[in-house]
Amino acid sequence: MEIFKIKKDIPFMSYGRLTTAISLITFLFAVFFLATKGLNLGVDFTGGTVVEVSYPQSADLVKVRRAVDSIGLNEATVQNFGSSHDVMIRLPLKKGVTSAQLSEQVLSALKKEDIAVEMRRVETVGAQVGQELYENGALALLLVSIGIMAYLALRFEWRFAVAAIIANMHDVIIILGFFAFFQWEFNLTVLAAILAVLGYSVNESVVVFDRVRENFRKMRKAAVVTVIDNAITRTMSRTVITHFCTQLMVLSMLLFGGETLHNFSLALTIGILFGIYSSVLVACPIALYLGVSRENLITGAEKKETINEMP
Amino acid sequence: MNRYPMWKYILVLTVLLLGLVYSMPNIFGESPAVQITTTKATTKLDPAILGKIENTLKQSNIKIDAILMDSTGVKVRFEDADTQIKAKDVLKNTLGKDYVIALNLISRSPSWLTNIHARPMYLGLDLRGGVHFLLQVDMKAALDKAADRYVGDFRSSLRKERISYSGVSRDDQSIQIKFTDPKELVKAQKIISNEFPDLTLKESNNTLTATLNLQSQKRIQEFALKQNIQTLHNRINELGVAEPIIQQQGLDRVVVQLPGVQDTAKAKEILGRTATLEIRLVDEEKSDPTTLDQASKGQVPFGDEFFMDRNNQPILVKKKVELTGEYITDAGPGADQQSGRSTVNVTLDGRGARIFRQVTKDNVGKRMAILLIEKGQAEVITAPVINEEIGGGRVQISGMNNAQEATDISLLLRAGALAAPMDIIEERTVGPSMGEENIKRGMHSTLWGFAAIAVFMIIYYVIFGGISVIALGINLLLLLAILSMLQATLTLPGLAAIALTLGMAIDANVLINERIREELRSGNSAQASIHAGYDRAFDTILDSNVTTMIAGLALFMFGSGPVKGFAVVHVLGILTSMFSAVVVSRAIVNLVYGYRRKINKLAIG
Repeated sequence: MEIFKIKKDIPFMSYGRLTTAISLITFLFAVFFLATKGLNLGVDFTGGTVVEVSYPQSADLVKVRRAVDSIGLNEATVQNFGSSHDVMIRLPLKKGVTSAQLSEQVLSALKKEDIAVEMRRVETVGAQVGQELYENGALALLLVSIGIMAYLALRFEWRFAVAAIIANMHDVIIILGFFAFFQWEFNLTVLAAILAVLGYSVNESVVVFDRVRENFRKMRKAAVVTVIDNAITRTMSRTVITHFCTQLMVLSMLLFGGETLHNFSLALTIGILFGIYSSVLVACPIALYLGVSRENLITGAEKKETINEMP
Repeated sequence: MNRYPMWKYILVLTVLLLGLVYSMPNIFGESPAVQITTTKATTKLDPAILGKIENTLKQSNIKIDAILMDSTGVKVRFEDADTQIKAKDVLKNTLGKDYVIALNLISRSPSWLTNIHARPMYLGLDLRGGVHFLLQVDMKAALDKAADRYVGDFRSSLRKERISYSGVSRDDQSIQIKFTDPKELVKAQKIISNEFPDLTLKESNNTLTATLNLQSQKRIQEFALKQNIQTLHNRINELGVAEPIIQQQGLDRVVVQLPGVQDTAKAKEILGRTATLEIRLVDEEKSDPTTLDQASKGQVPFGDEFFMDRNNQPILVKKKVELTGEYITDAGPGADQQSGRSTVNVTLDGRGARIFRQVTKDNVGKRMAILLIEKGQAEVITAPVINEEIGGGRVQISGMNNAQEATDISLLLRAGALAAPMDIIEERTVGPSMGEENIKRGMHSTLWGFAAIAVFMIIYYVIFGGISVIALGINLLLLLAILSMLQATLTLPGLAAIALTLGMAIDANVLINERIREELRSGNSAQASIHAGYDRAFDTILDSNVTTMIAGLALFMFGSGPVKGFAVVHVLGILTSMFSAVVVSRAIVNLVYGYRRKINKLAIG
């Protein structure tokens, strides 16, 4: 079976203005939502306590809320989580009460209301730890970007490195924008997903750039735009198939992975969809705009070789 | 052109075999077991206990699957969790309080697998259930406590030397001694700098200010952390946790992981408790044989407590505690200079030394009992006769059975109390049902995702798709084998990483297959196309894997908890995928096509 039987190159670069505009608009929207709504940070980053309990029957949220209120925790949020049997209680940090005691108090209050309640998960993060996790997360993001840029600059050329990293940061911002818009909880696992996406969609740019380099060698007379168009067209099949396969896996996680992996797979899904788009249709126009040329990519040594080969 | 040299096939086969062997324990799984260890660091498990355990269980009609003893204790394996819990109760009742009976899981794989260290993957707390605590040691309190001790020490040594001073006070970690007479100050300075070389002294306006120098501050902090970790170790033993993890993190933090513990309230309570040494006087007036005999039958005189000492001699000890382990600054094993027998040498702080001197002065000729309070139980270690007043705060405790015991007891004494208070700053508790569910979820995600990819690849690339799927399966096998070998902690994000890595690893095969198609389209022969396809795709595969690797390594370095678990699997998965997608799939393709003379058409869709 073959889906992509494309005889002629698709002139992707001539749509450059359009694709860049689309990107710019989504990007600005994402930034707008990040600025106005902000991320719904999980306890990992804000500090606080999450208690997850489950009942054999459908949980009575009113009763749960009453139990939580009875120990003076009015700021707590109580909501269903996953199914009607599971309840998640989020408690903000409270000065004076160590969070370790807090979760015990909540559990015993819940037991008083209904003895059948079962503790599923308790997570307590102190304010300082939350701050550190936040800082480390930001540092990891920065380090990944620098590392990838350095590698691409070494392997290809700085123009490609810059283009690839802009394209991928644009993905990251858009994922964050989605999380801000829908107010999905942003926790450590989602951060892991974002960093994985960063590494993954750079792949995409690498594959295209590799082809661009190869084409520069093969298609000696062709214009830069033609070379890039050809590279994208010829790798398109692989791009779509690979992402489709990865998405199959992520979809499986979304369906079977439960609540914990839900936001993780959401972040990956958005990352994969925008990754295809950006690494091809954002990275290449930027590289073009930055002025990539045959000379940039083919080093002196290689040039000499090619001259010698010719009779 | 598409043939591997023999060694390459052998290499692939060997790796496959190793992968198969080391991932096998995961199929056998783990069965419930009970682990028996002693409560006291001072008593060692003796092989005779094996027989006792076996008999006890046999009498209660509990079927044992296997019983073994190693350095960590005795482990008894059972058929199911019900039997395990029954056995735990039975053993707890018969073995008594000298042993810790903990629930554990041990591998069900045959012994030859265990012998080559093939073990199932080490599951993280979110998959097996349990508690994770991050504790912060209050270092300021540790330093304050040390400074407080100096305040007392100064007072006593100045008084001893008859130097008049108007006051000693502490301000954070600096201690001020005020004088009215400058001459006295000079004298005091000399004495203090002699007796306490760890302090930096400064004088101004008839005031002597002593501060801890950096070196000793560091030493106090290190000591506090080490002591707290040791104390935690001892206390956690009390909980009966099979494989606790207690580790230092950074300069002032401790990570405690207790797999399988459900009663977090109890865990928290015990982590905050103290255990220590007590010095009490022997009630000599009531130590006549008749009273002792009656006391052994339960008629203990008022205000006294009855014990059997180490030589199995009855002894009546007053309830009033003269001195506690709180005053111990250090303890170490030693030997008595005359008899050569093992001792524990305890150093008391200034206040402790003063109390000790007073007690010994007032009770010359009587016996003094030294009790070790361990896990809420007191034991009389020794009860020597006081020959004379003992000053200086150095106490030698004799009566140790051997050097090992002296070392163990010193350790316990040092670890008796927390050197500095600790706060729980992070807690993650996962219930057992949640853990099981998480495993199921992770496995289902991987399997269904794998199946979907397999179906798609075979439809799309036919034979080559099938080969890619086999390579992907081998990737999964190798990844599981490496994770089992390294005993890296597998968490739910780790399971997600397995799924995701497989989803990404197919990229390499897609790249190769697309390249082969392309070569065929440009009119090359089948063999040449295969060769060129693998060759050309390799550079691209390498490049794209390196970038993914960079992301993975950064995640590993800066990630904590779930992120780290994800990163480990991700990085390992990239490595195995490089091998399986390129080397293994090529080996299969070579075996299938490499030895044919003529290929009319490649089945690549």
